[in-house]
Amino acid sequence: MSSLFEQIGGQASVNAAIDPFYRRVLGDPYVSRFFENVDMVKQAEKQRTFLTLAFGGPNHYAGMDMRAGHKDLVEKMGLNDTHFEHILAHLRSTLAELGLKDDMIAQVVTIAESTRADVLNK
Amino acid sequence: MPNISFEGKTYHCDEDKILLDSLAEHGVNIPFSCRGGACHACLSKITKGTPPPASQMGLRDTLKAQNYFLPCICKPITDMTMAAKVQQPMSYAASVIEKSWLNANTLLLRLSKPAGFRYHAGQFINLMDETGNLIRSYSLASIQSDDFLELHIKHVPDGKMSGWLCDSLKRGDDIAFVEASGNCFYLDNDKEQALLLAGAGTGLAPLYGIAREAIASGHQGKIQLFHGALAKEGLYYEDELKALARQHANFHYTACVLHGQAPEGGLQGSIDQLLKQHAGELKGSRAYLCGDPGLVSSMQQSVFCAGISMQEIYADAFTFTP
Ligand SMILES: Cc1cc2nc3c(=O)[nH]c(=O)nc-3n(C[C@H](O)[C@H](O)[C@H](O)COP(=O)(O)OP(=O)(O)OC[C@H]3O[C@@H](n4cnc5c(N)ncnc54)[C@H](O)[C@@H]3O)c2cc1C
Ligand code: HEM
Repeated sequence: MSSLFEQIGGQASVNAAIDPFYRRVLGDPYVSRFFENVDMVKQAEKQRTFLTLAFGGPNHYAGMDMRAGHKDLVEKMGLNDTHFEHILAHLRSTLAELGLKDDMIAQVVTIAESTRADVLNK
Repeated sequence: MPNISFEGKTYHCDEDKILLDSLAEHGVNIPFSCRGGACHACLSKITKGTPPPASQMGLRDTLKAQNYFLPCICKPITDMTMAAKVQQPMSYAASVIEKSWLNANTLLLRLSKPAGFRYHAGQFINLMDETGNLIRSYSLASIQSDDFLELHIKHVPDGKMSGWLCDSLKRGDDIAFVEASGNCFYLDNDKEQALLLAGAGTGLAPLYGIAREAIASGHQGKIQLFHGALAKEGLYYEDELKALARQHANFHYTACVLHGQAPEGGLQGSIDQLLKQHAGELKGSRAYLCGDPGLVSSMQQSVFCAGISMQEIYADAFTFTP
């Protein structure tokens, strides 16, 4: 049985999802302000990390800490559950747009959901 | 069986095996994560030889051009040398051959081109002061075929390096710098692609190099250059850029000023907004954005929202320590 990451299409799917996902996020005024002052070239690499993680790639990211990465966003910019749900919705729509089957989308969303407590520093 | 060299040792690595795994069997552990070419955690560079094209899938074109590749999806075909994890940068000595003012607070500095020094138009070098302790990055406005190196330096109030360059350094003086780096440079892999170059102040330096290099390479696609300044007095190289536009039908120059009246043919407003309104259809284009960090990130968002892919946005933010 191949891993979820392989079933989704691995590298090619991550490459294909980056632009449409980020276009949705920036096009949503409810969450776009969090991304206003971040460097996009670096951001493209962060999206890559985010998507690889959500697609079931290995979760031991060398030196990566979801809590630390979002701490300032929670404390200084008020990142909360509603923002989190918007991001999940954009992820879901992006994957549907790319033609992923519903059961795979559900698995991806479950993985992303599992980071909620860390991302929101709860 | 190809030989792969890394940090002074050479290893036989099977053609049919993933390089990351072969190296691990030899006790060489490259940090990795997804093992599928997606996360780029194992990104490495070849200094001798050429990585197989399949091992560069999904990388930005300027990384490919510098022989970066992904060991986790690489089956080696030929002998290659991989760059050591920590590389000693090459340093060079040059002398000042020209020093003049482009406008009230922008210095033009031309240096002799040291033998053996190679760069891509748009890259930057790290200049050192006399003590060798102060180092700052400056983008090259010249191109490889010029026999000098050209820099544009903004005179920053109380700036240590820019102050020294503007006030103390003289024609004929020697100056040291560390090799060219940066991923924001011209590539001639698609000469039909439209290019959008935008920057404010000395952000023009790398853009001027990129524009000249593109033209010299016979670039066919439309090349638009937007140069922003606070006011008309902050612009420079207007005559040179207008002349380029007269000589090359695919090159277009637009001056943008935030305050006061725009010069003839220019625009008034904030450059990130003006790009949205005046750059036309941008889908499929490549963007080069340089200069002030805040402006670079807002221009990135503008051009991304106008349809340019993230992978096609190249940027050099002139970051400084507050
Ligand atoms: C990749 C890269 C390429 C660069 N290319 C160029 C270039 O082509 N031309 C160029 O002129 N500069 C360029 N820079 C900026 C340059 O490296 C220095 O940061 C700049 O010259 C200031 O250095 P300094 O030692 O004079 O000032 P410092 O002594 O470091 O700073 C003095 C004071 O001025 C402030 N300050 C520094 N820079 C600015 C600024 N731009 N605007 C407002 N306040 C500032 C600092 O916060 C500090 O308070 C580039 C930077 C990078 C990272
Ligand atoms: C769904 C779960 C989420 C995951 C798995 C996730 C994952 C990540 C990852 C891997 C990074 C890069 C960290 C780094 O490289 O240092 C990152 C950065 C970031 N995340 Fe998230 N994230 C999630 C939710 C959110 C939400 C809901 C928001 C805001 C609405 C958000 C905003 C950001 C921002 C702005 C950054 C960049 C910070 C910076 O560049 O300084 N994230 N995220």
